[in-house]
Amino acid sequence: MSAGLLFASAFVASAVEMVEALTIVLAAGISRGWRSALTGVGAAVVALAAAVAALGPALSAIPLDGLRLGVGSLLLVFGLQWLRKAILRASGFKAIHDEDAIFARELREAQEAPAQAGRRIDPYGFTLAFKGVLLEGLEVVFIVITFGASGRRIGLAALGAAAAVVLVAGVGVAVRAPLSRVPENAMKFTVGIMLTSFGTFWAAEGAGAHWPGSDASLLGVIACMCASSALLVALLRRNGLARPPAAAAP
Amino acid sequence: MIARRIRAFAHFWWDFVVGDDWRSGAQIALAVAATAALAAADVVAWWLLPLAVIAVLYASLLRATRG
Repeated sequence: MSAGLLFASAFVASAVEMVEALTIVLAAGISRGWRSALTGVGAAVVALAAAVAALGPALSAIPLDGLRLGVGSLLLVFGLQWLRKAILRASGFKAIHDEDAIFARELREAQEAPAQAGRRIDPYGFTLAFKGVLLEGLEVVFIVITFGASGRRIGLAALGAAAAVVLVAGVGVAVRAPLSRVPENAMKFTVGIMLTSFGTFWAAEGAGAHWPGSDASLLGVIACMCASSALLVALLRRNGLARPPAAAAP
Repeated sequence: MIARRIRAFAHFWWDFVVGDDWRSGAQIALAVAATAALAAADVVAWWLLPLAVIAVLYASLLRATRG
């Protein structure tokens, strides 16, 4: 049960981050040339893979209770950020993430940046693609490592993330446009709930608490977080209808 | 120069994990510590963290929407 949830969480989290990375890579490739953009992507992927290869085995060597206490708490704090932003978006207090608008902005900025003649690799295009993939990928690496290490299934979490990367990259190559039809905001909400739930479960277990029903109670924690989040969205919507949403989504 | 880079590195990771609401991080740390204290005293403790998480989330949303 938890293996399936772990795979699905890593997959959805990775997919949503890769959709964002794809938007940046497309802007870099179209405006500054594909050689520079793809070199930047390759360099970032190597850096991210090195981080997983180095940190994964190191974390796996830590005793499980201590690992779950530390990593579960970090995951919980990290997940609360996601959930808080998702609730603010769903209730209209924060602008909805819009890939088309972000793509247009990135493309305009990349086209306005001065070109450096005589170079095979355009530094701006390389850096834009490298930073985009690295920063979005870091969140995926954090999730893969924390989920994988705490569940003692780094390979499965990495597989979920890799499947999402392949899927998003494949669709991106096919459509050559930002994947604005992907229900990104709903996916971010789901990831926020999963991160918070897994973090709560593992942090409590690491602190010495015993869950009734053992692993099965994770479903109860997820249900509890879903219901609470839905209630908080409803409360904020009721109390904040007059307030206009923020102008731009980060 | 090195100190500035270390500060920037630490700031990046702080922002990455904790974000702009450090109070939530501190409250979660307290809740985990309280769970550990209850468990160490052989008191049933699993219920504390989910309740604390919901309370921390509610407080964080209030700060975000009122601030």
